[in-house]
Amino acid sequence: MVAGGKAGEDHADRIFRALADRTRRDIVRRAMGGTLSVSGLARLYPMSTTAVQKHVAVLEEAGLVHRTPRGREQLVQTNIDTVAEAGELLAQFEQLWRDRLGRIGDVLAEPERGERR
Amino acid sequence: MTVLAVHRDPVALTLTIVSEFDAPAARVWQVWADPRQLERWWGPPAYPATVVDHDLTPGGRVTYYMTGPDGETYHGWWRVIAVDTPHSLEIEDGFAFDSGRPNDDLPTTSVEVRLTAATAAKTTMTMTSRFASIDDMERVIAIGQDEGLALAVGQIDAILAAPM
Repeated sequence: MVAGGKAGEDHADRIFRALADRTRRDIVRRAMGGTLSVSGLARLYPMSTTAVQKHVAVLEEAGLVHRTPRGREQLVQTNIDTVAEAGELLAQFEQLWRDRLGRIGDVLAEPERGERR
Repeated sequence: MTVLAVHRDPVALTLTIVSEFDAPAARVWQVWADPRQLERWWGPPAYPATVVDHDLTPGGRVTYYMTGPDGETYHGWWRVIAVDTPHSLEIEDGFAFDSGRPNDDLPTTSVEVRLTAATAAKTTMTMTSRFASIDDMERVIAIGQDEGLALAVGQIDAILAAPM
């Protein structure tokens, strides 16, 4: 069995806390392309630039986004590797459930045996 | 069984699969509510599940183990969060020690199931699986691979190639 260890746990905690907020999840999605600045993001939400800046800082600390200076602005970009890792893991669960659903289909296709409910 | 839609959300860490079965909702519900039917699909063919306790009421427990080809057993449990027969079910699924006692050091998975009648003879089942963190997902998969849920790399590639 794989144990995450203390460092792994702390990292997981940061990711979880970062993604527990709806606005932050939205920022991660919108910043995939890496063309939005903090002020550009702030225009998308009914909150101040400072509030959005704080959200970005939490995401940055969790390793979900990074900032790149561009002129006087800072562009926010999602760390695709982190999100891709999650996508790959979800794909494994998808296969697990596709197999289970296929077996449910097999159970349902059989003529009902003696009722035992 | 037909898979109608799949949604993987790598940010919210959820997987949703919508599938359709040629049976009325009350019949589909039985594959969850009847332990003898549940054990015929929960584990892979080489690791069949045996359901020990099965109390499908809010706060109730379901305990089970899967038996591998060499006779080794892998124990698990559900905590039932909500039940609305035959419409919806919400459970937490976790790992247990060989004694059947839940191992609280290992991550759990939340599973929500919703059944809706597509027609009198067809049922749509929407299953949503939710994880607390990427680390949790990794650990559940690592343990699952020990339990015969390991997947061929080719299968995963095929899924990843499909648009999300």
